[in-house]
Amino acid sequence: MTTATLETPIQAKPAKQKVMLVEGNEAAALGVALARPDMVAVYPITPQSSLVEHVAKLIADGKMDADIVDAEGEHSVLSVLQGGALAGARTYTATCGPGLAFMFEPYFRTSGMRLPIVMSIVTRDGITPQSVWGGHQDAMTVREVGWVQVYCETVQEVLDTTIMAFKIAEHHDVMLPVNICLDGNYLSYGTSRVELPNQEDVDAFMGAKDVNWHVALDPLRPMAVDPLTGGSGGKGPSTFVRYRKGQCKGMQNSLRVIEEIHEEWAQRFGRRFAPLVEEYRLDGADYAIMTLGSMTGAAKDAIDEARDAGRKVGLIKIKTFSPFPIDALLKSFAKIQALGVVDRSVGFRWNCGPMYQETMGVLYRLGRHIPSMSFIGGLAGADITVGHFHRVIEATEKLLSNPAPIEPVWLNEKD
Amino acid sequence: MYEVRFHGRGGQGAVTAAAMLAAALLEEGKYAVSIPSFGFERRGAPVVSFLRCSDREIRQLTNIYTPDCLICVDPTLAKTVDIFGGLKPGGTLVQATNKPLAEVALSPSVATVGLCDAIGIALQIFSKPITNTLMLGAFARTTGVVSLDALKRSLEDSDFRDAGLKQNLLALERGYNETAVYQIPQRAAA
Repeated sequence: MTTATLETPIQAKPAKQKVMLVEGNEAAALGVALARPDMVAVYPITPQSSLVEHVAKLIADGKMDADIVDAEGEHSVLSVLQGGALAGARTYTATCGPGLAFMFEPYFRTSGMRLPIVMSIVTRDGITPQSVWGGHQDAMTVREVGWVQVYCETVQEVLDTTIMAFKIAEHHDVMLPVNICLDGNYLSYGTSRVELPNQEDVDAFMGAKDVNWHVALDPLRPMAVDPLTGGSGGKGPSTFVRYRKGQCKGMQNSLRVIEEIHEEWAQRFGRRFAPLVEEYRLDGADYAIMTLGSMTGAAKDAIDEARDAGRKVGLIKIKTFSPFPIDALLKSFAKIQALGVVDRSVGFRWNCGPMYQETMGVLYRLGRHIPSMSFIGGLAGADITVGHFHRVIEATEKLLSNPAPIEPVWLNEKD
Repeated sequence: MYEVRFHGRGGQGAVTAAAMLAAALLEEGKYAVSIPSFGFERRGAPVVSFLRCSDREIRQLTNIYTPDCLICVDPTLAKTVDIFGGLKPGGTLVQATNKPLAEVALSPSVATVGLCDAIGIALQIFSKPITNTLMLGAFARTTGVVSLDALKRSLEDSDFRDAGLKQNLLALERGYNETAVYQIPQRAAA
């Protein structure tokens, strides 16, 4: 296993990429196979199930050379992978919703131990009330647990980002677990055209595989793993602080590494994705709407229509949600006079969407007041259509003349 | 952008049909996205799936509310579900039925109708009422949006093998050949 080597010379042109029609879950599985993990552990849960079924099939068909552990539950899935990672293996799993909740204890431990495990969250709304459909509530609920979290917009971005995630996680300056978040239902089951990178090109991108000695246990190089720390005496408190500061530093470093790795991806494979924050038609815009994940496609179509109708509106999309891309957002916010933020989950404490709540902190650093508001839509499988985004655009435009704070708008309340 | 909504019952392959049609459109160099509706799908329950196609990249990953075309792969569904909701004026219905046009439920938005006795043919080919590939043939015949050849090629590239592939290729062919297409002029003008 290896850490990222950006010095690898980049060939001029990638080999011809196979064009396929796949759902988001299959795209993720294909990306995992191309990244050549040593070990995966799985437990199926809607809407993630077809992802791990595809992974299991790739292994059964001999198209992926990895050990697969069919564990008895998600707590075991991640615990098993921790053992694999500590043995130097490249490891992967996927989960969502209740599975992620059941996994929470080892989930917290993974980032503390700096294990570069990659895990897709096929996002699902929270229960109760009972629901099995998409929403960002599961990933948002664990946004403060020290994992890097990136959200994908398209099926192609799922495939490409899944591969990139391993390189980000294993980078010497990061050494953190990474979640690739893909929207349950619309992205997990949405079937569209993708270009499948060639294995040799992905191998060149990933670099030579070697044991990751920053993680792996070896009797010849003894190291303490997860020692007892904390308390109020001796070395306890300072050791604990060292762990936490190290995690925060890895998170901050990941912002640069994510940008570098996306740039290398663009050069090798010809597909460029905004690594942290994407601006769409923001130049010349008076105000903007902000999105996350697969809702963004419909939002872009709405922006085009609104621009054609003379409205000066642009779009800001977040890809990297954890760590929160503060500096990139400040650059985008410098261009606008009002902002509407669309969340696919609920922030119970602030009576707004969680992304809006985080954004308010960035707006404070902007040094000038711009009015903003929160929209919540697409919960539990509900749709956010071009029509919904026109309502978002109109309401955000009104902030320019009437900046009074208002309640969040629940987009599907009357659907 | 051309938008299709599939109506069927769990087990008839409406979701698979949308994905197969997307693959065939991809064969023809078009962009296509299909999305299933989400529910506790079970055999016999009404299900819906969606397909968009375009010459340009398709960005919106949403359900379809104002389709250009309805493909209803089950003959009894229109009695229990409003399959016509949101159909664009001048729209198309491709319906599995053994009834004549006069006895088929329509809405004022329907201008073109393709009728195929898909259940009857499916029972001959598969000995089961699985109508999805038949209705894709019927769709190709009714609309010309996709060619029969592209549908066949996408089927050959799919997971179907041997006898299953042969049966489904035959189903495509018979769906295409045994579909009666009707124009309803006053509606086309509306």
